[in-house]
Amino acid sequence: MSGILFIILFKIFYHEAHEEQKMLMNSICKITEKVALNERINDKEALTLFTDADTLVLADLADKRRKTLHPEPVVTYVVDRNINYTNVCVSGCLFCAFYRPLNHPDAYIISKEELKKKIEETLSLGGTQILLQGGMHPSLDLDFYTDLLRYIKENFSIHIHGFSPPEIAFLSEKSSLSIKDTINRLIDAGLNSIPGGGAEILADEIRKRISPNKCNAGKWLEVMKTAHKCGLKTTATMMFGHIEKPKHIIEHLIKIRALQDETGGFTAFIPWTFQPDNTRLHTQKATAVEYLRVLALSRLVLDNVPNVQASWVTQGDKIAQVALAFGANDLGSTMIEENVVAAAGIKFRLPKEEMIRLIQDAGYTAVQRDCFYNSVG
Amino acid sequence: MKLSFSDKSLYKIKEKIEAGIRLGPEDGIVLYKTNDLTGVGRLADMVRRKKHDRKAYYVYNQHINYTNICLNHCLFCAYSRNEGEKDAFTFSIDDVKAKLLERIDEPVRELHVVGGLNPSLSFDYYLDLLKTIKEIRPNATIKAFTAVEIDYISRIANLSLDETIIKLKNAGLSMTPGGGAEVMSNRVKKRLFPKKIDGKRWLEIMEKLHGAGIISNATMLYGHIETIEERVDHLIRLRDLQDKTGGFSAFIPLAFHSKNTKLSQLPATTAFDDLKNVATARLMLDNFDHIKAYWVMIGEKLAQVALYFGADDLDGTILEEKITHMAGAKSAKGLPREQIKHLISSAGFTPVERDSFYNPV
Repeated sequence: MSGILFIILFKIFYHEAHEEQKMLMNSICKITEKVALNERINDKEALTLFTDADTLVLADLADKRRKTLHPEPVVTYVVDRNINYTNVCVSGCLFCAFYRPLNHPDAYIISKEELKKKIEETLSLGGTQILLQGGMHPSLDLDFYTDLLRYIKENFSIHIHGFSPPEIAFLSEKSSLSIKDTINRLIDAGLNSIPGGGAEILADEIRKRISPNKCNAGKWLEVMKTAHKCGLKTTATMMFGHIEKPKHIIEHLIKIRALQDETGGFTAFIPWTFQPDNTRLHTQKATAVEYLRVLALSRLVLDNVPNVQASWVTQGDKIAQVALAFGANDLGSTMIEENVVAAAGIKFRLPKEEMIRLIQDAGYTAVQRDCFYNSVG
Repeated sequence: MKLSFSDKSLYKIKEKIEAGIRLGPEDGIVLYKTNDLTGVGRLADMVRRKKHDRKAYYVYNQHINYTNICLNHCLFCAYSRNEGEKDAFTFSIDDVKAKLLERIDEPVRELHVVGGLNPSLSFDYYLDLLKTIKEIRPNATIKAFTAVEIDYISRIANLSLDETIIKLKNAGLSMTPGGGAEVMSNRVKKRLFPKKIDGKRWLEIMEKLHGAGIISNATMLYGHIETIEERVDHLIRLRDLQDKTGGFSAFIPLAFHSKNTKLSQLPATTAFDDLKNVATARLMLDNFDHIKAYWVMIGEKLAQVALYFGADDLDGTILEEKITHMAGAKSAKGLPREQIKHLISSAGFTPVERDSFYNPV
């Protein structure tokens, strides 16, 4: 008797599990069809795709979307240098291996001589821009920043991509100026565009835990919105692979997409993975497949952001090349200098010639670009 | 979702695979040359799923490189040394014992034993080596000596191949690795490994081994001066022998590393080429059960991705890799079991720890 009951229960259970699987397959099919028709997907659909779609299906969809957006067989890259004007930061984010407290023996503020030397080197290597970022330094005021920008612009013809939203938010508070006034002062002094750093994950429940002293998600988006309205182009990034859940990644992407609908000011999206070495956040590193899935998903959700960048700095040259088949159309910067990720124990090198070889080997023409994705030279 | 390709030439290959028609050399060339990476991946994954579903294998193994002294002087090698050179080494039987005892508490299931052609070693050394390992690790499988070494051992033993193999088998040999095949092309041999046995001899030795009940792997070293046609020819020669003997277990594409070799001007292989080598092998070698993504050579990250490009095996924990690291490999020298398992499961596969014969353990 109990045997029969068991068989009946097993059949019901098996049937239900089977039905559930079938329903999931159906819903994935519907979503992939939608994506293949270049239709927009919502957060729920994005989550299903991310958690349940096969990796190569994601890659295939992202690659097709990338080819629709960029029909020309080109992969771009930029020659620039990351210049970190200071490593002093009061934010104290758990994931950061770069910052130092104010009176730490390694604490520094860049001198003009050093800055000059670094920019001269960048220009001599065919560089077109510098990425100027630092920390939230408690004793540097707006004059320091505007002075720095003016000094560069007076001496060099180079694009300044500088100051991520947390730096700008910090500066506006410190100077008791609105975000808009702060940005306008920086623009007047020579700022050309804003990098998308400090976004981490745009979900406050996560930000509170990993970067409690940094501006919240709303503030980050407000700075970007204001910058776009002031006429600056910016990028957007996402740092994942720590304590976030898939839903937070989706939340992040949807927030970027919504702002982009409003302003159109984002030129590119750059997802990259958290590097735990030398930090106070001890989590398992995201693996290559996890990275590639997020990259492909980003290409699909962000239907209104023109470019998606592969992160060779965190992934190495091999996975960066594979990323070109998972939705990326840009290899980012040759990074004559990079300090922040290197401080977290990762040091990949990718000279310009090698970058060109990887792009060509993947069947694309390599094109050096400027910050606005126009070809250079 | 229906498979669609940006490279239209892949449709013909897909039809052949679905109809169960064996791929020809022209298909191999298309696969190596295409830029449709996801297309190739999806074809290879289709075959991989049929054979292994979403399982991915690994083995708890240990490498023992017993000597780096070698008479062959292959141009692509950073490992070999001449006798008397500063960092030349040869393990005595006691050294080997010590190496094994160092890790005796670990659940090692396979010993991968390869070395150079060292003129000061006798046939007895090789037999003692096997017997010693068997004695200390009675439950582990000894996978030892490439076809190149077997050829050499038979010459110093002054015995026929058959007799040599039987003696080695009786001393504990149960499997041979697939190294030393390089690329089976006489053009490449003349330029890169003139002193080493040629492809014909390599296959002859493999056939004898299989006949004696010793299974083996097969490899191909790519990314130096070989042509696409030579790669395809290599795969077809392996496939032909496999039809005859069925003695090959896994195929392992080996990415050439040029640092510290006489070919150091050559750049590293690219990820596209690495993945296409895995996928093309999966598709061409329809009679091979397993395709390995050797993480030592292509890195842990790409090896993980390769699971979607036809690979079903990540090799093993290894613990102490020497040969590729002397040629500048940047991968780890060993991967702890937990890390291999995490690589596999975070990619969406089921990790299966195996023995040398792919039995789950």
